[in-house]
Amino acid sequence: MKRNKIGVASKIYIGLIFLFMYIPIGVLIFMSFNSGKTSTVWKGFSLKWYGELFKSSELMNALGNTLIIALLASVFATILGTAAAIGIHNFKGKSRAVIQNVSNLPIISPDIVMGVSLMLLFSFFGVIFHFEMGFWTVLISHVCFCVPFVVLNVTPRLRRMDQSIYDAALDLGCNQWQAFYKVVLHELMPGIFSGLLMSFTYSMDDVVITHFTQGATFNNLSTKIFEKLKRQVPPTINALSALLFLAIIIVLILINVLDRRAEKREAKRGE
Amino acid sequence: MKSKKLSIPYIAWMVIFTMIPIVMIGITAFKDKSGNFSLEAFSKAFGYTGVFMKSLWIALISTVICLVLAYPLAYLLTKMKSSTQRVVQMLIMVPMWMNFLLRIYAWKILLQKNGPLDMALSLLGIHGTYINNTGAVVVGMVYEYLPFMVLPIFTVMSKIDGQLIEAAQDLGSNNITVLRKVIFPLSIPGVISGITMVFVPTASTFLVAEQLGGKDDTMIGDVIDRIFLTDQSTGSAISLVLMVFILVFLILMNLFGDEEAIA
Repeated sequence: MKRNKIGVASKIYIGLIFLFMYIPIGVLIFMSFNSGKTSTVWKGFSLKWYGELFKSSELMNALGNTLIIALLASVFATILGTAAAIGIHNFKGKSRAVIQNVSNLPIISPDIVMGVSLMLLFSFFGVIFHFEMGFWTVLISHVCFCVPFVVLNVTPRLRRMDQSIYDAALDLGCNQWQAFYKVVLHELMPGIFSGLLMSFTYSMDDVVITHFTQGATFNNLSTKIFEKLKRQVPPTINALSALLFLAIIIVLILINVLDRRAEKREAKRGE
Repeated sequence: MKSKKLSIPYIAWMVIFTMIPIVMIGITAFKDKSGNFSLEAFSKAFGYTGVFMKSLWIALISTVICLVLAYPLAYLLTKMKSSTQRVVQMLIMVPMWMNFLLRIYAWKILLQKNGPLDMALSLLGIHGTYINNTGAVVVGMVYEYLPFMVLPIFTVMSKIDGQLIEAAQDLGSNNITVLRKVIFPLSIPGVISGITMVFVPTASTFLVAEQLGGKDDTMIGDVIDRIFLTDQSTGSAISLVLMVFILVFLILMNLFGDEEAIA
């Protein structure tokens, strides 16, 4: 599209939207420096909640669980989803449409319905095979809602890929595995990577599905905050939010810098 | 590479963890406590019609507000330099990466009695309550899901062929006519997917209304959550109704989207 100059009114509009988006986060972070125990009365600057946060084994454990689940679920979902996308791509016509639609079900259906349905499944099999809901059921549930995103990200890459490059690799003496590894995976990489990233963020952010499949003893950050929201939220949660925000900003800047470098390299190669 | 076998693990996975659980919801919904076939759960679920309507109403208002706020923003995004575009896009996404519950909690602090908003407005002489009402729920929902409206609309808009716009301008259209006759019709697919991505979660989510709303702002997600602990049948029946409703909504949106694309 043609790029015009943006007027003052438009700039104000964008500014207002960003105020709306960042004021709540700003207040949340600001209150983490409050030495008082409530988030209403300002009692002076203090870093004590940050200290308390690192001392709180409850929150640290929950954070650890969140990261482990997000990491394992996204890696496993990426492997399962990439393989699935390649397999589904080779189906034709109606059977492909059916598989793809079923695959999209977890995205389409409301989180709460998915959470409830998985809870029914796990409690039913839990009785038969004698297991309790916990780490593993949460992990499986997270994989469930992550895989469709991987499939959705990888499939367009597969469609765009030129089948003859793979055949060429075979003709040039690669065995099937080498051709797959060197050609196909290489071509699919951007899709695989964005699938992985989406899976990781969705897993980190999920509350509903974890809430229904966590069982009696397992907790991650979401369910811990959930528990605290029902009663009184301690200021350590504010401190945690501030650190989380900082981490997000650092990661985004890193990604941005790496992206620009890659772009420059591409541009140089193109010359 | 030609093999379909690679999809077998995932197909098995889908059968076990997607299909069977949904079938189980269906079975549980049609069972009474002793395990016999019964429609009792549905008649109980019928008692929550009011809550259901309220949820749809809140979802509708939130979706409309998101659309009204997001459309101009997406349009302005397309007019920026690509480097600014990337920064603004990231700024839109940052709050999404904070935990869902932290975003709600942030609004709870902001809107609470004697909270920052209350204090600031009191200085101006305005007194009021800003939390525990439907408005607060809508604000929370808009905050949670605004990026899901902006990004799809922006994606579709940024792919519009610039030559079409130039052609319209050459043929004497001013900016507003271009927006109305060229950009808007072509951005409909983005609007449709934005509406879906906001409406479905707002209609079904829980905790937002419980945390920010008043006594009569219960939403269907909160009902399912509460009822499931004691009465799985009714919980399943409500979930089933919700699911069917969402599917019908999606099919309608798809039809609408396709027709627009043809016309």
